[in-house]
Amino acid sequence: MSCDFTTTLLHGYLDDELDAARAAEFERHLECCHECTAALGAEESLRSSLQRSGLYENAPVELRKKIRAGLDAATASSAGMRIPAWRLIAVAATVLLLAGVSWFSWSRAGKDSASTAPFTVAEIIDAHVRSLQPGHLTDVTSTDQHTVKPWFNGRLAFVPPVKDFADEGFTLVGGRLDVLGGQNVAALVYSRRKHIINVFVLPTKEPDTAIHPPGLRQGYQWRHWRRQGMEYCAISDVSDSDLYELAQLMYQ
Amino acid sequence: MSGYDQGKGSDVLDAEDRARFEQLVLPHLDAAFNLARWLLRRRADSEDVAQEAMLRAYRFFRGFHGGDARAWLLQIVRNACYTWLEKNRPVELMTEFDEELHPQPSTSPEALAIAGDNRERLTRALETLPPRFREVLVLRELEGCSYKEIASITAIPIGTVMSALARARQRLHRALTQSSPQEASREL
Repeated sequence: MSCDFTTTLLHGYLDDELDAARAAEFERHLECCHECTAALGAEESLRSSLQRSGLYENAPVELRKKIRAGLDAATASSAGMRIPAWRLIAVAATVLLLAGVSWFSWSRAGKDSASTAPFTVAEIIDAHVRSLQPGHLTDVTSTDQHTVKPWFNGRLAFVPPVKDFADEGFTLVGGRLDVLGGQNVAALVYSRRKHIINVFVLPTKEPDTAIHPPGLRQGYQWRHWRRQGMEYCAISDVSDSDLYELAQLMYQ
Repeated sequence: MSGYDQGKGSDVLDAEDRARFEQLVLPHLDAAFNLARWLLRRRADSEDVAQEAMLRAYRFFRGFHGGDARAWLLQIVRNACYTWLEKNRPVELMTEFDEELHPQPSTSPEALAIAGDNRERLTRALETLPPRFREVLVLRELEGCSYKEIASITAIPIGTVMSALARARQRLHRALTQSSPQEASREL
């Protein structure tokens, strides 16, 4: 291996951890270095196999139960000393309520509000991964929002809002039709450096929400929100701060 | 263990602590288990260590002063895993120093023929890496951690996270190449 860049800088670039100047320097270098281009391709394909092969192992349900029992023991033993029974009951009720609330919000974040969203996390991840297969990313390829938006006309029973955020670092790549939870949806495709972000858009009758806390599974992050009669879910392997930035831009 | 403020483990934890813990830390149980599973490689051991680490995190919860709860928890989990390895499988922690002397365990060609299964192949390759390489890959590629988070979890200086990842990926390519020459991902 002769090129100095392949040894480390390439990895910072791959991980989106270089500052803008160094990233630009590396991109200039890529244009003339075949070795680095090939090495970057190899690292990207290794990354995508690692992230797509279902290597992430969630905690077993039994473990979760044991831990809750352990937490109960560590909390109750200290609370049981000289507190009147009525207070103990009040405390227990509060714990139950708060635990219920946080479990609810946790499970909502974890399952992307499976109870309220018309699709599941698994479907979103599948759709995202499918879109990354060669030739599947876009039906209409254009960085021009005035080309992408009219393309959906007549193909869907609604018109998704389409905006390019290239100035903010999120370049519109194009759009395509997809199916989530048995419904036709619009998929808007953005790129952030070399990473692809899919934003699924479909109409909803539910009220607006804020941008929900992030979800993470198999290395993919997602953000979900509702705004002005549309349901949005953005998913990617970019960092959550990037994803949140795009969500905020779209939310405005 | 060092690197984070453990506070006083003897603090009496009340319902409010419990609720905050449920809200901030417990949602990262999957991350805790996944890291333990990849460091210890066996599910049963991982469950034990993840459970112990989670309860330990609860005991020291008052030492957590906000910030990145996932990184804080993973730091505790990682330390618990290394302590467990030192006690139960010290050889694994030594392999990284003289690994060149010992050939990596190779998988049989028959098994690999069946293992067009990517998951199996990657799992085997990852598990042949020394823990210190395995953990940065798991944190970066499976957990999606930033360099800053990786540095705080593993106690590697932030400036060397990039080169640690570079070396870990190089090792992984090599392990994949060794185990399955026909699918060599890159000549190194």
